[in-house]
Amino acid sequence: MSRRFLVSFFDHEDDILGASRAMREAGLQIADVYTPYAVHGLDKAMGLPASKLPFVCLLLGVLGGAFKVWFEFWTTAVDWPINVGGKPWNSLPAFVPVTFEVMVLFAGVSVVIAFLFISRLWPGKQALLADQRITDHRFVLVIEEADAVFDPVKVHGLLKKFHVVRVEERVESEEEAR
Amino acid sequence: MASAHSILPPPLIEGEKTPAQVTKDICAALDRKPTWVWWAGFLFSFAVLLVGAATVTYQISVGIGTWGLNNTVGWAFDITNFVFWIGIGHAGTLISAILFLLRQPWRTSVNRSAEAMTIFAVMCAGLFPVIHMGRPWLAYWMMPYPNTRGSLWINFRSPLVWDFFAILTYFTISVIFWYLGMVPDLATIRDRTKPGLRRRFLGILSLGWDGSARTWMHYETVYKMLAGLATPLVVSVHTIVSWDFATSVIPGWHTTILPPYFVAGAIFSGMSMVLTLTIVARKTMGLEQYITVQHIDKMCKVALATGCMLGLAYLTEFFTALYSGNQYEQFAFINRALGPLGWSYWIMVGCNVGISQLLWFRKVRANLVAVFIIAIFINVGMWFERFVIIVTSLHRDYLPSSWAGYVPTSIEIATFVGTFGLFFTCFLLFCRFVPVIAISEVKGVLSVGRKRRVLPPATAETPSESAATGWEGKQGKGVSA
Repeated sequence: MSRRFLVSFFDHEDDILGASRAMREAGLQIADVYTPYAVHGLDKAMGLPASKLPFVCLLLGVLGGAFKVWFEFWTTAVDWPINVGGKPWNSLPAFVPVTFEVMVLFAGVSVVIAFLFISRLWPGKQALLADQRITDHRFVLVIEEADAVFDPVKVHGLLKKFHVVRVEERVESEEEAR
Repeated sequence: MASAHSILPPPLIEGEKTPAQVTKDICAALDRKPTWVWWAGFLFSFAVLLVGAATVTYQISVGIGTWGLNNTVGWAFDITNFVFWIGIGHAGTLISAILFLLRQPWRTSVNRSAEAMTIFAVMCAGLFPVIHMGRPWLAYWMMPYPNTRGSLWINFRSPLVWDFFAILTYFTISVIFWYLGMVPDLATIRDRTKPGLRRRFLGILSLGWDGSARTWMHYETVYKMLAGLATPLVVSVHTIVSWDFATSVIPGWHTTILPPYFVAGAIFSGMSMVLTLTIVARKTMGLEQYITVQHIDKMCKVALATGCMLGLAYLTEFFTALYSGNQYEQFAFINRALGPLGWSYWIMVGCNVGISQLLWFRKVRANLVAVFIIAIFINVGMWFERFVIIVTSLHRDYLPSSWAGYVPTSIEIATFVGTFGLFFTCFLLFCRFVPVIAISEVKGVLSVGRKRRVLPPATAETPSESAATGWEGKQGKGVSA
């Protein structure tokens, strides 16, 4: 089933912010918005739920740290205990620095991998751009036309209010085949 | 700049840029053929790098007996250089992570190059302990892996092992942070490059970035996470470096002030290196409107603040030695200032605490030549700081019969100079192939210090009215839709 999209182009940050908010408030379904840089407040304007990546970061950080504490304890107190300067075998305070470093390493690397995974980015992936200038200066708003609330006249009126530069209709695969 | 009555800060980026202009300006350096200045700098750096490589090959094949070390002074030039380079790296993380968390938008013009500096500086730093091992091909013994010697595990109680993990983590996180920050910019270059090998290569590196708002949202979250992780990381790295010294029982090393003192010193030295590099880069690459006098001014202030902290640490150290009543500790400090290597102590104090005080003056901070010269002095002073801490503490220990002097050999000096070759070769290649300023981040702060356009409300008002109010606020050449 091919889906139809209304693709509108903007030149300013404020316009894309306003247009996205207006579309959402009008009950239309925003397929996605494309911007050349991170526009602050756009996630709220689009009504996107907050990213869950911090939990991945926390979980993997804690796991990494816990693993390292266990590993240090196992190597120095269980597998081959060695007396170093008369210190106890399970000298936990001395394990803190490496545990911290490993925790940071696990948390940092895993959160980036998780990000690439959920954003579906990988080396060699072909970028499907709604407009060649998105990575330069263009802001693009893609609205799904399938909704019952989609009223072309009303939508075009709203878009005009936000200084839309150009409006196009496109059919599936170009935008949202991913 | 800002008039006396304006409460708005001066714009971060000069020249009323539009996003499209930002892309064009920053990519201009990548599009044009390298200038003769670049070639001269590159060939010179590369030649120095080759000298360094030859020296390293020589000392590894002959052994590190080629160094000027003796029984008493077992650490000297190499560890000085190691701490020096690691310290330089720290300013990059300060700018990219700590200033990000502190919401300092001016960081966007310098973070990319400062992060690059971090990575190259850590590479230079990492070489020294590896060479110091004497048998660098066994460097992997530092890893805790199951081996045929038992398994004999590494000693996790040793600060040198902590250091290994700290540097490894620091390098990895710095590279990831740098690369992740670069992905949107690589996509920008990809989309303005003609189809061909270069474009395909950029396509692979930019991971199929399409500027989707969902991706941006996750991206910003990850960036914040990494900044939050890198901030304690950078503090931990230099703290652990200082523990290499502080956990020993050498007078002059065995103090609790060492970690904060090292961290402040690291940021001080790194900031002066950033200043040195950006002052040259902005001029030679024509980026004066992006890295403005205002940016230099702010970095000078950070350098001044950390320089003063360092001055306080120098005084505290002396006071603690006096107050401790420990005669070995007292001797170590008097020997530092007045002993045979006292000259190095006074170079350190003169450069770090003395000359840096000039940065209190606005006129000095606005004079880029003066800032450049001061930054070079600080770099020299900070190198001597590590030399003073390491060598003066060691060369006269508890037993006067074992006192010794230390003079570096030409091999040691050539190795150190060689790392500068490595650093600058990498940095010049970076200037050539990567946008030196974070394009997408700069676009995000273009409106800082400028009047913002009034956002038309989502409801009410007729289109024509809202259009009128919408454009009114925009000063300068507004780009019409």
